[in-house]
Amino acid sequence: MREIRELLVKKINELLENGTVDRVIGWKAGEFCYDVTPAVYKKEDNFDDFLFDGFCGANQSKYLIEETKKEGKILTLLKPCDSYSFNQLLKEHRIDREKVYVLGIPCHGMLDINKMKEQGITGILSITETDDVVTADTLYGEKTCNRKEVLLERCLCCKGSKHMVYDELLMPEEEEKEVETLDRFSKVAELEAMTAEERFAFWRTELSKCIRCNACRNVCPACSCRTCVFDNANSGVAAKVNADTFEENMFHIIRAWHVAGRCTDCGECSRVCPQNIPLHLLNRKFIKDMDEFYGEFQAGTDAETKGPLTAFTMEDCEPDIVYTRGGDK
Amino acid sequence: MNDVLIPKIGVVTDVRQDTPDVKTFRVVTPDGKKAFEHMPGQCAMLSIPGVGEAMFSITSSPTNTEFMEFSIKKCGCLTDWLHQMEVGQMITIRGPYGNPFPVDTELKGKNLIFIAGGIGLAPLRSVINYCRDKRSEYGNIDIVYGSRSADDLVDYQEIIDEWEKTEGVNVYLTIDREQEGWDGHVGFVPNYVKELNLSVDSTVLICGPPIMIKFTLAGLQELGFKKEQVYTTLELRMKCGVGKCGRCNVGSKYVCKDGPVFRFDQIDELPDEY
Amino acid sequence: MFKISMNEADKLFKAIAESDTLYLPIEKGDQIEFYEYHEGANVRLDALHTVKSAKDAFLPNCETMMEFKMEGKNIEIKEADRIAEEFVVFGVRACDARSFAILDKVYLSDPVDSFYAARREHGIVVSMACNRPEETCFCNKFDIDATNPEGDVVVWIVGDELFWEAKTEKGTALTEKVKSVLTDADSEPVEKQQKEVKAIMEKLPLNSMDMEYLKDADMMELFNSPKWNELYQSCLGCGTCTFICPTCQCYDIRDYDTGHGIVRYRCWDSCMYKDFTMMAHGTNRKTQMERFRQRFMHKLSYFPINNDGEFGCVGCGRCISKCPISMNITKVIKALGGDN
Repeated sequence: MREIRELLVKKINELLENGTVDRVIGWKAGEFCYDVTPAVYKKEDNFDDFLFDGFCGANQSKYLIEETKKEGKILTLLKPCDSYSFNQLLKEHRIDREKVYVLGIPCHGMLDINKMKEQGITGILSITETDDVVTADTLYGEKTCNRKEVLLERCLCCKGSKHMVYDELLMPEEEEKEVETLDRFSKVAELEAMTAEERFAFWRTELSKCIRCNACRNVCPACSCRTCVFDNANSGVAAKVNADTFEENMFHIIRAWHVAGRCTDCGECSRVCPQNIPLHLLNRKFIKDMDEFYGEFQAGTDAETKGPLTAFTMEDCEPDIVYTRGGDK
Repeated sequence: MNDVLIPKIGVVTDVRQDTPDVKTFRVVTPDGKKAFEHMPGQCAMLSIPGVGEAMFSITSSPTNTEFMEFSIKKCGCLTDWLHQMEVGQMITIRGPYGNPFPVDTELKGKNLIFIAGGIGLAPLRSVINYCRDKRSEYGNIDIVYGSRSADDLVDYQEIIDEWEKTEGVNVYLTIDREQEGWDGHVGFVPNYVKELNLSVDSTVLICGPPIMIKFTLAGLQELGFKKEQVYTTLELRMKCGVGKCGRCNVGSKYVCKDGPVFRFDQIDELPDEY
Repeated sequence: MFKISMNEADKLFKAIAESDTLYLPIEKGDQIEFYEYHEGANVRLDALHTVKSAKDAFLPNCETMMEFKMEGKNIEIKEADRIAEEFVVFGVRACDARSFAILDKVYLSDPVDSFYAARREHGIVVSMACNRPEETCFCNKFDIDATNPEGDVVVWIVGDELFWEAKTEKGTALTEKVKSVLTDADSEPVEKQQKEVKAIMEKLPLNSMDMEYLKDADMMELFNSPKWNELYQSCLGCGTCTFICPTCQCYDIRDYDTGHGIVRYRCWDSCMYKDFTMMAHGTNRKTQMERFRQRFMHKLSYFPINNDGEFGCVGCGRCISKCPISMNITKVIKALGGDN
């Protein structure tokens, strides 16, 4: 990753110097090795704390909504999976394409610090990584773990090395690189195999943990409404916790409906959830169903194709599909 | 166990349409008494359960021993509902909240100038009537009041019938634009204040839209008034009313508890977030 | 001082739960929170932190305050009952234990919040000393001793033994109730552990943070710092930091129509939210920068001004591990000038 960072900084400086862009949105090193914050750098800024390593998981596409409203042109560094979100935002006319220069950057999978901590690696002072092993220097001595075991959920089901959109690629040779990936629908299938009661209990337990911090919504590239219905005081549905009611649980279900067909499965919702609610499973259930009903579709592959829920075809399934799939009549 | 957040029941006994979008509501407890005692400038939390609860300044004077009045402009969800109320409707009420205008200390014996714009008269009406009722305890009283149009002057009848007839009280009314049937002054409040030959030794109480306050204050300073002589009352979103919920926090102050009445030199010490 | 083997800890929990409701860190749905104890619960005293802090026990994230029956023009108010039975919050870390003192300054000051006061009166805090601080810890910056937390009873887990010491009258009373499962103990193992943990605390990376700077800082100078504009940039405006924070104290009051009446409840609120200060005619904090600044100014300047210099932070480090974009109070403190 260190080599990529050096190559990246060189390229960024080149694009800033030759006037292609006047700023870049990147990742800024934090207090520790893993608390990386998205940040905008200008030409005159010091790039010493500019970082690219295994903790740059944050999908930065959504920041471009506001950034492309500003003067000048911004450079965005998209990992292959981020490029899907970027396309989807283009499709929804949220990003001004003219005001952004896309540099596709390679990704070898991003790390989840919480998974490391769950393995008992705590008191982390610094981290070094190779392709297979993550080594942490901690207050309690040196600890190592298998890199694959501490990848972010979305990286386990990687969409591949190919960028869906770019103006330039940092390492074109990486585009065709094979990546290991698991079946992203396996957990969904497990849930589908449950009885309705079991499934209800599963989601009740999970969704009841929700503290309504709205991090999932605020980070979600598909949640780009100017004013969210849950923020509209007159809508009657509050964006606040109301723990004694079932309404609480509906928030996530409504949100999943709203992003269905537009969700690229970027997994940011699950990454940011302070309560570790597997929100991506709701989205994946929708994706799986839509794939089955309307044919396979991946949101964000391009910026033009209409999603299955916004395009009508004669082949679309009829509403009674719900009965044939085992719903109550 | 009693809690400040638990309201009392109030009954609306009179509704007066003051202007096209301002109504004045008279409120008592179900047994016909005042819900609680207050001082001029203090506020109360009114609510219609299921709709919302909000802070309103008490418009009536504490010298009124029978009821409380609230002049409320229709401008949002709760106020829309309040405006639909008829006599006999119950609401909830709790208070009083905040610090009053210092009517029994700093203002005593002083010449007073009241400057109000639009619904900004509501909190000042309580002080004006208090000072009128205790007329001998205060010096000259000048009231400058402006609104968009003659129809938007709140408490117009009371101003004409009572205020203008009180000895030592001068009322200066103005409206923003010429209007048929209006032979009074036309123009914005800040300009009118500068035209009037107001005595610089007076204490000023001002309330109105932020833009009016801003320009009037600048005008007053030009005339030689110091910020220490000028009081206003701030309005911010409030939920608890007792300095805990955090909503009206500006700098180290809570407007509900440390205000809403502030002197401008005190406001200067706060971050510009009000 | 008393002790009990960790293998038998369940006996202690049962003994407490027999007389009082017991809340302690329990793993459920993959997360650890203070939940009510029940037999077979997956108690996780080894966890450094629960997701929500222990303040949930005294200022729950959602509580009903009253109900209204509406009929025609009439309204009837029914107050919710205040808690009237003893309960025990077990396993509160030193940072969270200090947060109660901070919340007290708000909720027990005049006028007293009776809902909170009832919980404080009936709640018994069994705090738990830290034996494995993490890199995100900085409670020492607020003169909190992680090895000797505040509380009615303090417990230390040393090896496979749990040591117990009552610190207050409430604690002594609780000790009497559970004494039968405890045995007398010598404090030496505890003291030894305290020394070891203190040595680790000396090595914490956030020790480099300087709080002295903030103690003398001028409110308006901090408020007007150009740093806010850089710091807030990536803030998502979510409420994560607020809701996991042990000292964040702001709340919302909302009405909820159950179909059988109106429930008025109180819930945690966040100054990071757009609607926090929104009124019919607008808001006084229009930008995320202002909202972001408010949260940190409140903790680092406004609260200390009103409370004899005490900061509105206890250094638990939750915001460091939970912020979606890894912005947190330590970055703010350092950026404002507290970087040694």
